[in-house]
Amino acid sequence: MDSYLTIKDILAGYKEGRFSSTELFRYYKDRIARLNPTLNAIITNVDHQHGDFLASQNPLPVIHKDVYSTEDVETTAASNILRGYIPPFDATAVTKLAEANFITLGKANCDAFAHGTTGENSDFGPTKNPYGLEYTPGGSSSGSAVAVAAGLSPLATATDTGGSIRFPASLTNTVGIKPTYGRVSRYGIIAMTSSTDSIGHITRTVWDNAYVLNKTAGYDPHDATSAKVQVDDYLEDIEQGVKGLRLGVPKEYLENIAPEIEKAYREKVDTLRNLGAEIVEDISLPHTEYGINVYYIVTPSEVSSNLARFDGIRFGQERSHFGAEAKRRIMIGTYCLSSGYYDAYYLKAQKVRTLVIQDFAKAFEKVDALIAPVSAVMQPKLGELVNDPIKNYMLDVLTIPVNLAGVPSLAVPAGFSNGLPIGLQIIGDYFDEKLLYRIGYALEQETRYFEQTPKL
Amino acid sequence: MSNKNYETIIGLEIHIQLKTKTGLFSSVSNDSWQAKPNSLTNPVELGLPGALPAPNKTAIEWTQRLGRSLNCRLNTKSKFDRKNYFYPDLPRGYQLSQYDEPFCEDGFLDIKDPSNHTQTKRIHITRIHLEEDSGKSMHKDGKTYLDFNKAGTPLVELVTEPDFRSPDEASVFSKMIQEAVRILDISDADMEKGQMRLEANVSVRKLGETELPNYRVELKNINSFKFMRDAINYEVERQIKALESGEELFQETRGWMEKEQKTVLQRSKEEAHDYRYFPEPDIPPFDFDDDYFARVLKDLPVMPWKKEEDLLNRGVREDYAHLIAYDSAKYATFENLLEKSELAFEELVKVVVNTKDQDSAEAEIERINSKQSSTVGDDALKQAVEKSINDNPNAVDDFKNGKETAIKFLIGQVMRETKGQADAQQAEEMLVNKLS
Repeated sequence: MDSYLTIKDILAGYKEGRFSSTELFRYYKDRIARLNPTLNAIITNVDHQHGDFLASQNPLPVIHKDVYSTEDVETTAASNILRGYIPPFDATAVTKLAEANFITLGKANCDAFAHGTTGENSDFGPTKNPYGLEYTPGGSSSGSAVAVAAGLSPLATATDTGGSIRFPASLTNTVGIKPTYGRVSRYGIIAMTSSTDSIGHITRTVWDNAYVLNKTAGYDPHDATSAKVQVDDYLEDIEQGVKGLRLGVPKEYLENIAPEIEKAYREKVDTLRNLGAEIVEDISLPHTEYGINVYYIVTPSEVSSNLARFDGIRFGQERSHFGAEAKRRIMIGTYCLSSGYYDAYYLKAQKVRTLVIQDFAKAFEKVDALIAPVSAVMQPKLGELVNDPIKNYMLDVLTIPVNLAGVPSLAVPAGFSNGLPIGLQIIGDYFDEKLLYRIGYALEQETRYFEQTPKL
Repeated sequence: MSNKNYETIIGLEIHIQLKTKTGLFSSVSNDSWQAKPNSLTNPVELGLPGALPAPNKTAIEWTQRLGRSLNCRLNTKSKFDRKNYFYPDLPRGYQLSQYDEPFCEDGFLDIKDPSNHTQTKRIHITRIHLEEDSGKSMHKDGKTYLDFNKAGTPLVELVTEPDFRSPDEASVFSKMIQEAVRILDISDADMEKGQMRLEANVSVRKLGETELPNYRVELKNINSFKFMRDAINYEVERQIKALESGEELFQETRGWMEKEQKTVLQRSKEEAHDYRYFPEPDIPPFDFDDDYFARVLKDLPVMPWKKEEDLLNRGVREDYAHLIAYDSAKYATFENLLEKSELAFEELVKVVVNTKDQDSAEAEIERINSKQSSTVGDDALKQAVEKSINDNPNAVDDFKNGKETAIKFLIGQVMRETKGQADAQQAEEMLVNKLS
């Protein structure tokens, strides 16, 4: 069996009778058993009865980030404080995927409570990058990205609060969608920053990614922030190409980026131009640099409140089991919200956030979508930034503005440098995911980076 | 008040549980009274990780209907906020409440001055907002047990300006609020069941001073109107005594201990919380338009004090007007029969006051109508009147000595003698003629 099947491959394989569901799932189970001890992408395996696969028509594998509540399956958010917590309910996204025949293989490692950019804040140990085991795969959805990159599953769910899907996707040669805020229900997903948490997923190809969003997107009465906007068929126009589209190059996103990333980025912009897109240079989003300041006030503020329920009374462990990053955010957030400081920090941050939102609104008056790098730096080595929270925070500098505005962004592979993957993101206006997939698909079909796989 | 040199300042905070079918933010049944502990919970109300609050539209609409009935401004822009504090029975570590944009603001209610019924006094309502109730802690054998059934019950909080100058005024106002929510059918407001809870902010100042005192004492644990009066009276005495002996008073929270008949310190100023309010990111802010309000405020019932005023204007005597206006069943009977019955207005009022429901009122009217066609003969009435006078010399003396209620007793005897067939007014006239 091919190690790197896509969802599309599996569906075709079932159709042509190339394998049975039992064979397929045994294959993934074996592969996880063999590779996961090295990669540490999965922290909980779900044991299945043989019948689970047979009962479902053409079952597909999925691994859920451990912040997704899974009924009867331990859900820890990769934090010691939640060890032993078994939710009595499924997150809406889990339910929807189950209804679409996805069967859960396991739970993916991540930074505890999704606080982090390298995966190293996990209480279950860091996840390794399959393209170089000494490198971080990026975070916080480290396990999700690596599970897909290493062929442990064609799909892993994830969350993107400040870049947690796009950053690891771009460091592992995978495709990650950060949908419009409210496009996919947050119900049942352990909150980090309620106002920017976006529920997405990581796949190997753009087609697979669009296929999955077709299943997860939509209004959910249990999530008051989920959007009542009609859901597009994201596969419908995916092959339509980019001819005639106006794509913007946001100039602030190219300041201070690593030369190998700039090179890969420029090549891909040329590719899109050659495919018929009109490239508009020098689109300005002047408040980009303030994004990170706003984010690291709003996020800890909401985090300090969201983590208050972990009081050790009804579930999980005592509060002493919180990790260092959680404690840091609780303290910063509590301070920012305190009387006398609220106006200077939280309120001010929300005002600046409005400016960031206006930046995007103005940009989308000029172009259909923005093409931008995801990361300004190449993969850091594991351990390199552990003791430098500020540098760690800066890794998200090119992804955070998207979250503050709530617009969608699709991360796709953009090449390699010394064997390490580089990604780029396609940023669209609200609910323009369909367009992002169209652009991503055109680029992917031309570059075919998904055919390159790690040596394991 | 024991000391005539001081004036009492009281503001009220009234909490009322709404009787919506489900909780404020989840689909679990809201009828937690006497339910098995923790039998009415779900992930939302237990604050399980990932569970999100989805606001109950009915609870919001009811709050706005209450606000309009109490002359409030209904805000077009409103939102929920998080009030952050730790308590074991507060499942999320924060309470969903409303901070600076409540659903209703700037209302008022005119109360009858308890010491002088002809005067009315305007009590200003600062705000009415909606929040969620917490769970319940029970302490037994050195252990604490938590019941989350009540968590997430919609709770309306009404806050007044410090406009009350006596516990009686506060009591009159509270009873009017209780009536209002019952007539709106949004709460049973049973204080024993905790469906209505009173908190009073009490301070005193020297007579003649106009500034508010720089402290106030919040009184909690008040489970009845009587307790409220007792607690305030005790507290006023305590504060005056303290001030007289040169003590300085501070902002604090005290609880009423019914058994000991005193208030005890629960939380001092130093222990006051910084609640770190911020807008609830899980619930988008509201923007209500005219169409929304037109729909929500449709068919608002008339408030009892409006009915009372109306009845008084129509010439109904004061005690009857109050009785009918504040009893919605009686009022409905009155309205219904006013259209149907040909009885004289005063007669009808009397029937409604003296019968228990519409059926018995109708029976009574029928009886009167048939009686009017075949009333007891004048002779029979005359005999009954004479018998009443002869048999009851004491009542007769009382009446002659100016005790007007004695005539009621004598009329009653006439009615008994005639087995209720006599016309009471006619009997009264005859009695008065005979006796004067």
